[in-house]
Order: sequence, then C-alpha cells, then structure tokens
Amino acid sequence: MAQTDLPNIVLAANDGQPVRDAGLADSALAVREMTVSYGQKPAVFSVDASFGEGRLAAIVGPNGAGKSTLLKAALGIVPRLSGHATAFGIPVEHAADRIAYVPQRASVDWEFPTRVIDVVLMGLYRQLGLLGRVRTKHLDTARSCLARVGMEDFADRQIGQLSGGQQQRVFLARALAQDADLYLLDEPFAGVDAATEKAIIDVLKALRDEQRTVVCVHHDLTTVADYFDDVLLLNVRKIAEGPVAQVFTADNLQKTYGGRLATVHIDQLRLAAG
Amino acid sequence: MLETLIEALTFRAGYNAALVAVGTTLLGIAAGSTGTFIFLRRRALISDAVAHATLPGVGLAFIALVALGGDGRNLPALVAGSAVSAWVGLLVVQWITRQTRLAEDAAIGAVLSVFFGLGIVLLTVIQNMSSGRQAGLEDFLLGAPAGMLLQDAIFVAVAGLVVLALVIALRRPMTLVAFDPAFATSVGISVHRTDLVMMALAMAITVVGLKLVGLILIVALLIIPPAAARFWSDKARNVVWIAGVVGGVSGFLGAGLSASAPAIPTGPIIVLVCFCLFAMSMAFAPRRGVIAALARQRQFRQRVRRRQGLLALAREEEILDPATLALLRREGLIRTDGVATDAGRAQAARARRDERRWEVARATHQDEAAVDRHDLLRPIEEVLTRDEIAEIDARLGPPEEAAT
Amino acid sequence: MSGAEFIQISLAPLVIGVLSAIACALPGNFLILRRQALIGDAISHVVLPGIVVGFLVSGAVSTWPMMIGAAGAAIVAVVLIETVRRVGRIESGAAMGVVFTSMFAFGVLLLEQSDTSGVHLDVEHALYGNLESLIWLDGTGWAALLDPAALAGLPAELPRIAFVAAAIALLTLVFWRPLKLSTFDEGYARTVGLPTSLIGFTLVVVAAIAAVAAFDAVGSIIVIAMFICPPAAARLMTDRLERQVLWSVVFAALSAVSGYVLAGYGPLWLGGEHAISAAGMIAVTAGVIMALACLFGPHRKASGQRS
Repeated sequence: MAQTDLPNIVLAANDGQPVRDAGLADSALAVREMTVSYGQKPAVFSVDASFGEGRLAAIVGPNGAGKSTLLKAALGIVPRLSGHATAFGIPVEHAADRIAYVPQRASVDWEFPTRVIDVVLMGLYRQLGLLGRVRTKHLDTARSCLARVGMEDFADRQIGQLSGGQQQRVFLARALAQDADLYLLDEPFAGVDAATEKAIIDVLKALRDEQRTVVCVHHDLTTVADYFDDVLLLNVRKIAEGPVAQVFTADNLQKTYGGRLATVHIDQLRLAAG
Repeated sequence: MLETLIEALTFRAGYNAALVAVGTTLLGIAAGSTGTFIFLRRRALISDAVAHATLPGVGLAFIALVALGGDGRNLPALVAGSAVSAWVGLLVVQWITRQTRLAEDAAIGAVLSVFFGLGIVLLTVIQNMSSGRQAGLEDFLLGAPAGMLLQDAIFVAVAGLVVLALVIALRRPMTLVAFDPAFATSVGISVHRTDLVMMALAMAITVVGLKLVGLILIVALLIIPPAAARFWSDKARNVVWIAGVVGGVSGFLGAGLSASAPAIPTGPIIVLVCFCLFAMSMAFAPRRGVIAALARQRQFRQRVRRRQGLLALAREEEILDPATLALLRREGLIRTDGVATDAGRAQAARARRDERRWEVARATHQDEAAVDRHDLLRPIEEVLTRDEIAEIDARLGPPEEAAT
Repeated sequence: MSGAEFIQISLAPLVIGVLSAIACALPGNFLILRRQALIGDAISHVVLPGIVVGFLVSGAVSTWPMMIGAAGAAIVAVVLIETVRRVGRIESGAAMGVVFTSMFAFGVLLLEQSDTSGVHLDVEHALYGNLESLIWLDGTGWAALLDPAALAGLPAELPRIAFVAAAIALLTLVFWRPLKLSTFDEGYARTVGLPTSLIGFTLVVVAAIAAVAAFDAVGSIIVIAMFICPPAAARLMTDRLERQVLWSVVFAALSAVSGYVLAGYGPLWLGGEHAISAAGMIAVTAGVIMALACLFGPHRKASGQRS
C-alpha cells in the first residue's frame, strides 16, 4: 500500500535515519500535526512542537488559544482530528509510566469523599495495581511527597476542607508520587495564593534540576521570564517555540495576542530583545 | 384498519373516542409547549419525579373520599389529590438540593422512587379496604382512556384547554427565562417565580394527563416534543410552537390509532408516535439534524486536513496523517508517492500566503473579535475587504518565491 | 407466628429483599458520585420492554431469556442515550427522558399486543414486584435449612440474587481502586493507563444486572429507590468512600428488613387483616432513612455549605 510505503522512502533518502524521529528522540514530549476541534472550529490547528529533556517549559497564549486542549490531546484525553504525540521517542500511550499529569484543579469534585493522603496514594496506582496492599513504604512515599509541597500536616484532612492553593499542592504531590520523568501541568498557578505559587515553582525548578522535564500551561505573562527556560506561544496555531530568551519577544506576543495585548502591561514584562 | 383509523381521525368513531382525541390533542399541544421551557432550563427529569409523586396523592384522595362516604372514583378530586402530592414531591427535590450536599439527580431519583413506593403501598391498602371493590386506580399508572366516563373526558378536554391558554398567556416571561435568565432578571422578571410557574404548568399537565397517558409516560409528552422541535430551530418562539405541533400531532394520531384497533393502549401509542417524530427530526432536520451535521462535520474535517496538508507541502515537510494523505491524493494535489503535483504546489502557495495574511491580520487587526469569529481556514478574501488585504500585503513585503 | 411459619413464608422474601437492596446499593454509590443517579432510573424503566421481548422470543415465562432480554434492553438504552446526547446534542437528562419513556411505551404496547393471557406476566407485577409470593413451601422448620431436599425447593430467585449480589460485591472489591480513581478524576485516571470509558460502561452494565436480578422481587420502579436512597443517605454520614459504601450496605439491609416486616406485620399491629405491598414499603423505609440522614447526618452539608 502506498500509505505504508511512504515512510520507507523517506527513510531510504536519509541513510536509514528517520528525519523527524531523529529530532524527536531526545525531546521529552513531541507533538506532530496536532489538530483538535470542538464542533466547527479548530481549537488547536496543525501544531508541531517539542519540549527538550531537562527543561522547564511553558505553553502560553490567550484564553481559548487551545493550551489545555493541546496538553490533553497529547495525553489522549480528548480526541484528535489528526496528529500524534511521543514521549521520549515512543507514543505517549505507551509511556504512561514516565508521565505525570496534573489536571486543572477545577476539573474534579472536591466534595468527593476521600482524604488528602488517599489522593496522593492515587499517584502510586501503577505500583500498587488492582489489589496490591498499601504498605508503610507507600505511605512514607506519599507523606514525603506531601512534605515537598508543604502539606505534611494535612494528610488526614478531608479534601473538601482545603483552600484552592492547598488543593493544587495536593495534586502536585500526587504527581510527585509517580516519580515521573515528564510532568505536564494544566494551569498550576491559576487562582492560588502567593505562598502556594512560590512553593509550586520551587518544586518544579527542583524537578528540572534533577534532569526531569516540566511543561506547564501558563497564563501569567509577567512570570514567564522568571519561571521558565522555554516557551511555546500558542493561539490555535503555534506562533513560536524555543528558549524564553529568544522567543518571548514583543513581536511574537503581538502575533499571539493580537489586539488583546493592549490590556497587558507590556512594559512590565521581561522580554527577550526582539 | 385504515378505514377505522380514518374514521377515528375524523371523529366518527363515537362521541367518547372523539372527546378523548380532542383531549389528547389539546394535552399534547399544551405539554409540548410547556415542556419546551423546562427542557431549555435543563430540568426535564424533575418533571419525571413530579409525575411519579402523583401516585400517593391519588391514593390518599381516594381513601379520603371513601372515608367521607363518597365514591372514590371522582376524577377531579383524585386529580386534586395528585396535584398536592406532586407539589410536595417538587418541594422535597428542591429542599434536598438546597439543604444537603446531594446533587439534584439523586434528589430526583429518591423522590421519584420513594413517592412511587408510598403510592403502591396505598394502592394495596385500598385493595384491602372494606369497600373492597376494584378502585381502578391502577389505571393511573399507564392510563386507560377507554374506561373514562363522559364527564371525565370533558374534564380532561377543558383542563387541557385551560393549561394551553395559560401557556399562551405566560409565554413571554417563560421564553425569556428559558433562553436568557440573566437578561430576564435585568428586565425585572423573577427567575425563581417563573421557574415555579413552569413547574406548576408541567404539574397541571401531568395530573390532567394521568388518566389518559398514565404517570409513567406523561413525562414523555413534556420531554420528547421539545427535544424534537429543537432540531428544527434555534429561535425560542419557533421551538415553542413546533413542540406544541409535535405534541398535538402525537396526541391526535395516537388517540386515532388507539381507537382504530383493539389492544393498542392510548398512552404508549401516543409516546411512540411522538418518538417517531423525534427520530425523524433528529435524522432529517436541515441544520441540526444528524445527517446534515455529519455532512458538515465531514466537510469541516476535510477542510482542516486539506489546509494542514497544503501547509505541510508548502513547508516541504512530510505528511504523516493517513487521512490527509488520502484526501490530497484523491483531489490530485499529490502523487501516489507523496510528491506534490503542479496543482498541489499552486494551492500550497496560496494556502501559505493565506496563512501569512491571517497571521498579520490577527496581530494587527483592531477588532480582533472580527478575526476570532472565523476558523481561519477560509481564504482571507472571503472575510476581509480588498483594502484591508492590501494593507496586510504591504506589511508582508514582496511574495516569496520559495513556495512555487 | 411460629418459627416454622416464619421460615416458610418470610425467610426467603427477607433474604431476597436484603440481597436485592445490597446488589443495587453497591453500584449506586458510584452512580451517585458520578452524577449518574438517573441512569438507574432509565435502566429500571427499560427492564420491562426487555423482559417482554425476552418472553416473546423464547415463548415462555422462563428466567434466563427474560433476564438476558432485560440486560440487553439496558445496554440498548445506554447506547441510545449516548447517541441522542452526543449526536443529537441534547442534554443528558432530556436524552434519558426521550429514550426510556419511549422504550417503556414500546414494552407496554408489545405486552398488550401479544397474547399473554393465562401467563403470569402483567404490568403491575413488573412495576412493583411480588416479594410476598416468594415463599418456601419446603421450609417446614429450622431443620430444613440443612436438608438438601428442602433447600432444593427454595424459590429460584434466591440463588439467583445471591449469586448476583456476591458477584457485584466481589467486582466492587477487586476493582475498587480503578473505580474510585476514575470516579474522582477521570482525565488523570486515563493518563495512568486506566480504560475509563470501559470502566464507566461496565458500571452501568453491572447496575443493569443488579436491576434485572432485583426486578423479580421488588419490581422495576422500586429498584430506583435501592439504587439511590441507601447510598445517598450514606453519603451524608461520612466523608470516606470506604465507610460510605459500608453505610450504604447497612442502610440497604435495614430498609429491606424493616420494610418487609412493616408491610407484613404492620397492618396486623394496627388491627388490619391484610398485608400491604412489601416492595412499596421497602422504598418508603429507604426514603425515611434518607430523610433522617438529610436532617441529622453528620456530613449532610457540603464543605462550602456549612452554616
């Protein structure tokens, strides 16, 4: 069949080295031709992007730009119209052991009848399996993850009693329990207090310093330069990607945000020299 | 069969049958139009709880009538009793939702089943009562218009007419609240009170329809017509009257079919006629219908894939998505080996220029909403004026030759 | 009432009632947390057409074809509801309303059209069950519990619901973790590799099987009370899922026992002569328990709702 022949032709033309995969193998997360649509308008259109290993990266763009959708499509949580995603060179679906996802806080019902420690233990699901017993070592792992986000005193608290920032920290602790190589966070700083924001970014930077990869959907332009190494500017289409120092320019932001940028205090941003 | 059907539909199948047909038609119209407001408020299944909650009221009213020495089978009195317990059921649903952490669906299910259970208990009490006779209250479960007395039929027809008149009189505030509660509040309409009025009308239809359609199926007349009508229009007023027509036609045809053959129970056949109308609407309605929507969806997907493929060609990148490859091949834009044809190259260049222009338009256009409204997959000429495009091209500089 | 009479008349209905209530309450806990309580409503209404079709196809009032028909109808209903909701873009409550009322109407029509006279299959029985008829004639005394010959005479409904209840309990236990995780956070559950759509669908199928097995005893509408009331009351007693499920089992058993006893003996205590509907009374006691939990349950308010 012609369709299956095509990659072989390309392979042959490049001395047996697949063009694209050579570039993607060393990226922690790569998406190709990613298109997602809800109804009659693309939410994400034909995005190619890759996030290098050991980097702390942000996906930035205006509301409705498809930032969360891109993340969810990469993880296979929302259906794609086209495209595929790889983590560490293999399809994301087969890399579940190496990926930890932190959904938006508002995506779950915090009235669910459970405790903080139980939520963190969910992060150990792949270790525990269906019937594995929760042993002391699992509890210790969960507690130490809570300690890393400053929540060790809340282990037995009902999750409905947490503040927004505390909920976010519990979600991060659950992801830490997975001990993953790639962390994908959906708006981790949305609606949290300053102390939580500081605690979270410290943890994320520590993860990066351990050579793990962190990708955050992010909406606060004023902190991009302080927090992140790389940035992907997105508005349905990819506008630009690369190190903050090169990509986070006034020109690119104008392309990403259009007329809306007037509402952002552009002079307060630490922009790269464009 | 056909003859008897025509006879029934032209009201020649007997005075009683004609009255039943008039009653079900009026009831259908009133139910369909009232149901629209509840449907649009996303409260369809509350009416199911209300309907099941009528049963204990029927039982209690019967017991009270007998205790007072009367005949228990007085339809208006039973209907009044059912209305009281239905209203209590509605209040309990609201109380549980407000006062406890339980969500509305749990409250609906609990009220529906517990009230129904209580009703069944009362029915067995009545069966065992010293008056001992067959009370016929089971008819309220599934409806039994055949056993209706003449005055019952007149009662149903008149009550249906009254409810319909009320719906027509109150349609303006109800439409506003159903479609745009925020706006309704701003013009001084109480959303809470209007909601109660809607539920009260739905309840009235339920209790009036009990004897005709039965408490388990009456809710279908409130839900299915608006669900069918919604496929035909996005305008509030239209949905209301289309739902009324769907309900009325179901009632009329259903009563006719039921009268024309033995062993066709009225309630179920009305619901099934209604469902057929729904299924046809869902399939064939021109804009929101499934066939139209699927065709549009397919077109949209093709447009996305074509554009995506053309841009990849313009960037001289390999296309991986098999569906995109198949589409481009089918349209003669690439050869079987994946290399662009002349037509493909020309279209790719155009797509690329379009994409560039959109990029500039997005970054610079004053009214970004005007740009956001579009899916950015159409040629820009279809959206912006020639002057605007010229301005964009001036910013872009001379066209690149690389794409050709 | 003597011991022998109790065993002959009341033991089997009591056990069947308790097991039915528990089999329904277990999946009910998760349906409520997923805001799908009304799926129970929809399923129980379509049991009737399923049983009628099963009966017409097999031509006899035999258990298995009717059970299969009912379970099949539940699955058809779920698929139809999803189709109407997604393809027709109709809100899920209304989608359920459209599908289950139509299927129920179809069942009633079919029943009236087919010649079921002389056969014990009538709408009222289907709607509110016949718990009282499930007597154990061979149970002539406590010794009968150890007598294989007498045990063979137990109503067939008893081993059936016992098997279903045990299977559901086992499934709940084995799949506890995936169920809890995907109920709490579906998107996350998918990223750790759980087949969340399959889990959701299986939950509904299990609920349908519980509804079908309990149907004989309590009829199709009162099953809804068993799906919803014990778990809803349990939800107001605790903030731990494990304890909630245990509470729901206790409440389910309690409402079945007290409902049956009140229906059988209550009228006698009040000087009446005839028993009243046991299934209806079970729903009422389940409702009373839930009402008490709504008024006094220690966790009746949401965290943000406390005053």
